[in-house]
Amino acid sequence: MRKNLDVISAYTIMLGLIILVGFLQSWNMALSILCFCLISAVMTMGANIQWGYAGLINFGIMGYTALGGLAAVLVSVPPVKEAWQVGGFNMILCAFLIALIVFSVRFIIKKYNKSAKKNYGIAAVIIVGLILLRLISGPAIESIEAVNPATTGFLGGMGLPILFSWIVGAFFAGALAYIIGKIALGLRADYLAIATLLISEIVIAVIKHEDWLARGVKNVIGLKRPVPYEVDLQTKEWFINLVEKFNQGALNLITDTLERQELLKQLVIESSTVFVKLCFAGLFTVVVIILLIITQKALYSPWGRMMRAIRDNEEAANAMGKNVVKQHLLIFVLGSAIVGIAGAMMVTYDGLFTPGSYRPMRYTFLIWVMVIVGGSGNNFGAILGGFAVWFLWVEAAPIALFLINFFTSGLEETNAFRVHLVNSIPYFRFLMMGVGLLLIMRYRPRGILPEKIKHI
Amino acid sequence: MDFLNAIVLLLNYLFVPALSYGSQLALGAIFVSLIYGILRFAYFTAGDLMSFGTMFTILFTWYFQSLGINLGFLPTALLAMPFGIVITILYVLIKDKLVFSYYRTQKSPPVMLAMVSIGTMFVTQAIVRIVIGPFDRRFFDGEKFILKANEFKEMTGLNEGLTIKSTQVITLLVTIIVVSILFWFLNRTKTGKSMRAYSDNEDLALLSGIDPKKVVMITWIIAAILATIGGALYGLDKSFKPFTYFNNMLPIFAAAIVGGIGNPFGAFLGGYVIAFSEILLTYAYRKFFVYILPESLEPDGLLQLLSTDYKFAVSFSILVIVLLFRPSGIFKGKVL
Repeated sequence: MRKNLDVISAYTIMLGLIILVGFLQSWNMALSILCFCLISAVMTMGANIQWGYAGLINFGIMGYTALGGLAAVLVSVPPVKEAWQVGGFNMILCAFLIALIVFSVRFIIKKYNKSAKKNYGIAAVIIVGLILLRLISGPAIESIEAVNPATTGFLGGMGLPILFSWIVGAFFAGALAYIIGKIALGLRADYLAIATLLISEIVIAVIKHEDWLARGVKNVIGLKRPVPYEVDLQTKEWFINLVEKFNQGALNLITDTLERQELLKQLVIESSTVFVKLCFAGLFTVVVIILLIITQKALYSPWGRMMRAIRDNEEAANAMGKNVVKQHLLIFVLGSAIVGIAGAMMVTYDGLFTPGSYRPMRYTFLIWVMVIVGGSGNNFGAILGGFAVWFLWVEAAPIALFLINFFTSGLEETNAFRVHLVNSIPYFRFLMMGVGLLLIMRYRPRGILPEKIKHI
Repeated sequence: MDFLNAIVLLLNYLFVPALSYGSQLALGAIFVSLIYGILRFAYFTAGDLMSFGTMFTILFTWYFQSLGINLGFLPTALLAMPFGIVITILYVLIKDKLVFSYYRTQKSPPVMLAMVSIGTMFVTQAIVRIVIGPFDRRFFDGEKFILKANEFKEMTGLNEGLTIKSTQVITLLVTIIVVSILFWFLNRTKTGKSMRAYSDNEDLALLSGIDPKKVVMITWIIAAILATIGGALYGLDKSFKPFTYFNNMLPIFAAAIVGGIGNPFGAFLGGYVIAFSEILLTYAYRKFFVYILPESLEPDGLLQLLSTDYKFAVSFSILVIVLLFRPSGIFKGKVL
């Protein structure tokens, strides 16, 4: 109990802040902050596994998040039969063709010795393959995108419950991480950072512009939810009774029946959104707790100790017979898969997939701020970082407004300088993030909750 | 005649735009490469430092315009640029004093410094958006074209026009001047040589009495100058929007790495490699082949290797290929 005091007090303060938002602003707001805090926590756990456990920099978090979101679309949307009819066969053919290219390249790499001829061979296979792909997919893509372009114009998904996508998203992200890891993990730390950042941009470019896959920038809206809809809830008997029971005190004050009905109706509408968000928060909490247990177990297992050894001294670990390259790849895939889960969770919560909204500032650098601020190498720290930074990110605007009003209280309401500052309130969050990160890195470089290593 | 038309077509749509875009990237890539070579970390604030310098150039441009000062057919921004540079230099030096110098004395690993530069990236971005806002700004004035398509057609009697914007020429001229001064400075002056020595081998350089503080300060000053000039030229040629500048950080990094990071000359060429490959691979060659092939062989597709949506992806793919086969970049050679 004593030694975990810092963790407990930090989390109590955090939850207290969210509850404070509930009282001061609205419960709806507080719960949506909580949901996004939980999603951020999953992302930071993924990044923390890579950076905190193994010391790998991955600036491609945005790419894995987007792939998780893509998984949510591909799993939950019902298939567009018409599109499959017009272009399905060619697209499947293309998938086989890609597999064929990959295998023949692998075959050449394995079979022949290093030489210029081999490189030309690989290049020839890839170029011929790409031309064939273009020829086969071109007309198919055109006809798929022509199918009812206002609402579909893509192949659709599998029509399964969206909860499956959380696992599928993990696999998608893991597969991408495997490819990237094979290419880039040999690079030095900062090269790896830049390479992953750029590769994630490529992933976003593909998702944005391949309309047959997930409608690209035209967005997919109205994804199915794993929890009830507000409109359905408002008509359900048991829910109305529940609301009535909760607000007994307020309702009893009103004697007029008509007025009472009116108030009850309003309360039902308000509580239905809160109830939906509570369900989401519950689901997300389950995911966070499961991941926390697994990562915590892994950290204190022999495997976790080995990862720390690799992180702190690669050569020594190598000399002790640990396969550094293989372990790096493994942890790269695992961490990215967790980020993929978070991406799918986020799209599930939003109910829509908007590839245009994936920007490195929000999905890569902000997550890194969370990990550094929270405490790398410590799962509780990473989760706390996710909570604290997201809270600040959302609440930055009210805080900034308060500060501006406080410091410019001497100026008139219509003063040009004051108006300008008030108009640029949204950008103060960048300032707060930056200053916060710099302060933490200077005065508490190991984060709010630093890594704890048991010395045996 | 058809052949000439084809050449003019390529010049107009490929060569001239790629040359000016490449120059803008090259200026950015050189300072990223310099910082990497001398301060030894990946400077993620690159794009935002460019937007910071451009912002002050724009503010001074507006100020001069309100005073009625202009350069005739040249854009007023050229006059404002030195003032923007001075403020950017002050900004990077203050930033170095407050933030980076601490980590240098602590001998922190490069990764730590890269993270710190992400912190300064957030701060710089906030400053730019708070001061000038996130919107698109055009601040070009003066003569827009040096050569208009119609004039060219009349002059030569060709079907295809050649347009040369004055910003493109200004970009090229300024780049040539700045880069030649920079390489003269690095290769011929004592300070430049001491910088190269410091980049090559820090310990040896310190032993031979090179003042590290001076080297670091000069590096930041050069970075601020190049960032402001590169940013302002980009803004003149296209338009100024903080978000685009942040995004430009990516091709700039790609250019610096392709050219062999830590090697300014490589970075300079890397900028053009990235710009040309982006435009070459996403250009639709249909019209070009219509001109040079006989009518019977006329192509019916667009003959575009990749859709323009993948412009960014092209440069990054080149980067990935380079990293795979030559991790030290195309022009490794000497360091710095």
